[in-house]
Amino acid sequence: MTDSNAVRLVRRLGPFLGLALVLVLFTALEPDRFPTAVNFRTVLTQTVIVGLGAVGMTFVVVSGGIDLSVGSSIALSTIVIARLLRDGASPAAAALAGVVAGGVVGVVNGTLITRLRIAPFIVTLGTLQIVRGTAKYLAGEQKIDAPASWLAGLMSKSPDPSWLVVAPGVWALILLAAFLALVLRRSILGVHTYAIGSNEPTAVLCGIKVDRTKVLIYGLSGLMTGLAGLMQFSRLTVGDPTAATGLELNIIAAVVIGGASLSGGVGGIAGSLVGALVMAFLANGCTLVGVPNYAQEILVGAIIVAVVALDRSKRGA
Amino acid sequence: MEGVEKSFGATRALSGVSLDVAPGDVHALIGENGAGKSTLMKILAGVLTPDAGRMSLFGSPYRPTGPLDARRRGVAMIHQELTLAPHLDVEANLTLGTETTTFGFVRRAGRRAAIRDVLTRLRLVDLPLDTPVGTLSTAVRQLLEIARALLSGARVVIMDEPTSSLGRRDVERLFDIVRELAASGCGIIYISHFMDELRDVATRFTVLRDGASVGTGTLDAVDDDALIRLMAGGAPTTGTRAPSVRGTPLLVLDGLAGHPRPTEASLVLHRGEILGITGLVGAGRTELLRAVFGLDPVVSGSVTLAGIGFSADDGPDARWGRGMGFVSEDRKHEGLMLDLPLSVNLTLSRLAPVSRAGFVDGEKLDAASREWIDRLGIRAAGSNVAVGSLSGGNQQKVAIARLLHHDVDVLLLDEPTRGIDVRSKAAVWDLLRSLANAGRGIVVVGSHLPEMLAHCDRIAVMNRGRLGEARDASTVTAHDLLTEAVSVAEGRHD
Repeated sequence: MTDSNAVRLVRRLGPFLGLALVLVLFTALEPDRFPTAVNFRTVLTQTVIVGLGAVGMTFVVVSGGIDLSVGSSIALSTIVIARLLRDGASPAAAALAGVVAGGVVGVVNGTLITRLRIAPFIVTLGTLQIVRGTAKYLAGEQKIDAPASWLAGLMSKSPDPSWLVVAPGVWALILLAAFLALVLRRSILGVHTYAIGSNEPTAVLCGIKVDRTKVLIYGLSGLMTGLAGLMQFSRLTVGDPTAATGLELNIIAAVVIGGASLSGGVGGIAGSLVGALVMAFLANGCTLVGVPNYAQEILVGAIIVAVVALDRSKRGA
Repeated sequence: MEGVEKSFGATRALSGVSLDVAPGDVHALIGENGAGKSTLMKILAGVLTPDAGRMSLFGSPYRPTGPLDARRRGVAMIHQELTLAPHLDVEANLTLGTETTTFGFVRRAGRRAAIRDVLTRLRLVDLPLDTPVGTLSTAVRQLLEIARALLSGARVVIMDEPTSSLGRRDVERLFDIVRELAASGCGIIYISHFMDELRDVATRFTVLRDGASVGTGTLDAVDDDALIRLMAGGAPTTGTRAPSVRGTPLLVLDGLAGHPRPTEASLVLHRGEILGITGLVGAGRTELLRAVFGLDPVVSGSVTLAGIGFSADDGPDARWGRGMGFVSEDRKHEGLMLDLPLSVNLTLSRLAPVSRAGFVDGEKLDAASREWIDRLGIRAAGSNVAVGSLSGGNQQKVAIARLLHHDVDVLLLDEPTRGIDVRSKAAVWDLLRSLANAGRGIVVVGSHLPEMLAHCDRIAVMNRGRLGEARDASTVTAHDLLTEAVSVAEGRHD
């Protein structure tokens, strides 16, 4: 209730300040290798998969839910794409099917959550296993090789045509994030998403079709996960049933670092993207400086806790 | 207790209450909703600290530092909402917080004899101690609450509406136990609204009105009418309103029943009228509005709006769609989204007029919000501030403004003036009257009888789930309404 405008501004800007801090820090430490076009292009490309997942996850988290199944769902997408390509489907059709597979998982999640009245954490903990198992079954428990196609170029660090400057996947992330940011802030679906996350009984009382909206939210998030799966396939150029294991936690971490509250009602796309960038630049910078992997992990963990603690104190809770 | 006072901020909840209970006495504490009974009992049980006044227990000064201290000194309260842990078994519940341990491990055998002894006194001889409490009936759970009090050596037991969820046979068993407890030297303070119950079990009484004790004596020496007069206070006054012009029927309830309440509610709301529903807390007034609005399932009966009924599948969205709006008494949990902007709270049920092609138009949203901010005199820094930063009265106006933005015909309002200051109250009632004059129909649930009499056209009383007949406010008095609210409903003795 202390949400004065100043506090809100700090909340909005907090993640950006964090990103600026990371950039300045590593520029100072590695002035030759960190702030280069090549390096930034690399980091941006590395952010695409977590970024796409985080954009979808933001809707889910703002509505007061959570989706633990995204890592498995990304793996499922790569399998669907690889199998269809192997069986002679066109790259466009295979890519579309991969995205839709993610959407289907999302709709199933949303339907189970609303129909069975089970907490999203539990439902998606279950589908995390189910989807991973399904991916392994479809793949025959091994990687699936697929014929070369233009899909591999989506995540290329030297894009073709070269006037794109960054990989097509980066553009996809930027454009979709911009559009979905508008949807979350300004569309009726977006307003309803905030309302449900802020106070579900009130949303019911106001006549919002809460169950239908939740299925939509999880479905939308699932499509974004499917797209992340497409990018994962593009990077690997094979279908891998063990891909993206545990990636859901990185995605949730990005959303939380970006200022969203896991109890719902608070959060935004821009923040989540910045959260994803913070983690990617941090990993990249640490590697350049020579900080070992274990120290990076400890650092990221500490940042997650610190960000939420800071957020609490700002809200005076 | 003598001259006990307590204020919350500017609100004076208790202004000089005196009460004495002798060992072996069952003392009835009587008063309207909001008369200060709960505050008084919380002070006695150590939950609240009094601002002034003296309390003594068995001759020595009594100033509990907290609920635990009160319990240690022998004062125990049996709450209306039971406070047992449903997953734990009987024994664990009874010894919770007072477990005896060896090296940190609970020693269970130690107190079994004492527990058995207490349960025998409460006629629960056969109850296995390892039964999870959640599987027991309400009546048994209530007895376990009493058992817990007795185990901790309680000598003063406070019972707050203990029969509100019991059947007749359980009530009789409870009364027997209460009498036995008194006979064994306990002092019992018994809070209830129901005269017949009080006469059954209690000997003396104290009446509270507006935070002060206004009468005390022996129950046998007074009749019900005199008690109700003490509770209602003053000369019997009727509503002052001349009956307003009543339009066509708008909302019709026919034998509406939910689970477990309401049990039977029928009424006709006309255009242009404010219809009040009063009754005791727990009588099912909120449940009635929730069933009408499709928030709770309807078991039988019908809700008809402007001649067309609602089906069982119709939820709140169908109600809004046909011009019915609801403001809950629980603003915080079911009414407003405190961390979202005022504008969103105001327009949430009907975003269509402020949006284009599925997207909300910021300017239209702002314009719509400003219109209601101006028209209702909502004090806010702008349409974009979080609604939680507003005062209670202004929050309430936002909640009602949502119905106005939606342009509903029927307004269902649950305690719309609770917890807001006097000027906001007057503003809310003025607003409701102007809405009624514009042809809308309004149902208001409220507890404060003088306020209801002053502003409603007709008033009906809810008693244990049954809605009585709506009567012209100009022909009834607070005394009449209170009599109807505390009387024993038919069918209670089944």
